Amino acid sequence: MNDIGEGIVAALGLLVTLDPDLIDISLRSLQVSLSALVIACAIAIPFGTFLAVQRFRFRRTVISVLNALMGLPPVVVGLVVYLLLSRSGPFGVLGLLFTPTAMIIAQVVIITPLIASITHQAMRDLWAEYHDLLISLNTTKVQRVGTLMWDGRRTLLTAALAGFGRAIGEVGAIMIVGGNIDNVTRVLTTAIALETGKGDFALALGLGFVLIMLALLVNFAIHGLSGTEREGRW
Amino acid sequence: MSDMLPLELSGATVRRKGKTVLGPVDLTLAQQGLTIVIGPNGSGKTTLLRVMHGVERLSAGSAEWSVPHSEARRRQSYVFQSPIVLRRSVLDNLCYPLKLMKVARRDRVATARDWAARIGLGDALATPATRLSGGERQKLALARALIRKPDVLFLDEPCANLDGRATRDIEALLLGARAAGTRIVMATHDMGQARRLATDLIFMVSGRVHETGHAGHIFTHPETPELTAFYNGDIVE
Repeated sequence: MNDIGEGIVAALGLLVTLDPDLIDISLRSLQVSLSALVIACAIAIPFGTFLAVQRFRFRRTVISVLNALMGLPPVVVGLVVYLLLSRSGPFGVLGLLFTPTAMIIAQVVIITPLIASITHQAMRDLWAEYHDLLISLNTTKVQRVGTLMWDGRRTLLTAALAGFGRAIGEVGAIMIVGGNIDNVTRVLTTAIALETGKGDFALALGLGFVLIMLALLVNFAIHGLSGTEREGRW
Repeated sequence: MSDMLPLELSGATVRRKGKTVLGPVDLTLAQQGLTIVIGPNGSGKTTLLRVMHGVERLSAGSAEWSVPHSEARRRQSYVFQSPIVLRRSVLDNLCYPLKLMKVARRDRVATARDWAARIGLGDALATPATRLSGGERQKLALARALIRKPDVLFLDEPCANLDGRATRDIEALLLGARAAGTRIVMATHDMGQARRLATDLIFMVSGRVHETGHAGHIFTHPETPELTAFYNGDIVE
């Protein structure tokens, strides 16, 4: 209990003094996770929608695999991305290991299946509603996917926020591929792991509260911008 | 009068899971008129309309327009029994088919406003279509079908579950479309509506066309006992 109290005090202290390290770490957390979110959404949302609209031979298999991949262990993703990016790996020449880019790549791998799967489920229901009309209007596949994505954009927001939540709170993969290097790849979660290891629970908790506040702020901001949950909207 | 008609169905058959739900149907849809399709539930009215519209796969037989299939599909519209509205505003619902047809944005909006006014939703342009009443939704669906200026319009019991006033509004829109040269094919359960609108009639029983004829004759002189029974409100199976 005492630790938690100290943690709150530490968090307030860090915030009030606008601790430069804290700001640096927080901004990097946001930069990495938001970049990963944008890239993952660009892949997963059209893909998930396409899965809802298109019938093909291994569709059910693809959907099952996607659902299974939602629970992909970040540590394993980190390990695989590490091996791919390491000097002796196939992409070693790019020199990406222990950079924020490597962290973004790992997070994209982790959250893309999650976003695609939620997108697919939401779009499947919408497609059931729109199916007859869009077929009757002689729409092309691309137009169907476009229409579903536009009309389902508010449900897609949920998918995106779920992805963001998983990315910003993730530590296993980015620890491995980023290396938690001070001022380069240290983010909130890896800093918390480090401070906990050192026994500085107050600072670790302080960072933890900042992390939670950050996640809340991003959620509020996105909801505010998109106008969900407002009266009279879907 | 449209050059895509007549539509020739020959031996058109639809089977689902080994059961024949339609046909074989041999039918010619003439160039002009307002054809009403009647028949008991499950007699294949909807399937017949879907076959004509080209969205139902035929198990056997053919359905041929006088123009190539892709062109025919572009020049017809379909209104469903339960109206499907997009989760958008009334205006955007009306603009949608025009957008698919690559009409310029300004023309789209002008046309859509005009149609919204015609269906009495001129003051509700920004209202989400999902919040409209059943009658308003069906009028919106009909306007969205007519805004494409189709040569042929199919309607599947558009007035089921609607009250008298909404039905009257929809019939007025249909007669307007017909006067403008749109060929209409409509399934209905409402014999009063059939008598008000039909120029010719298709009577279906268990997946087959049981009797056809011009309105002037077939309403007064049905040839089969089933159609007589249907007129009398008896149960036909």
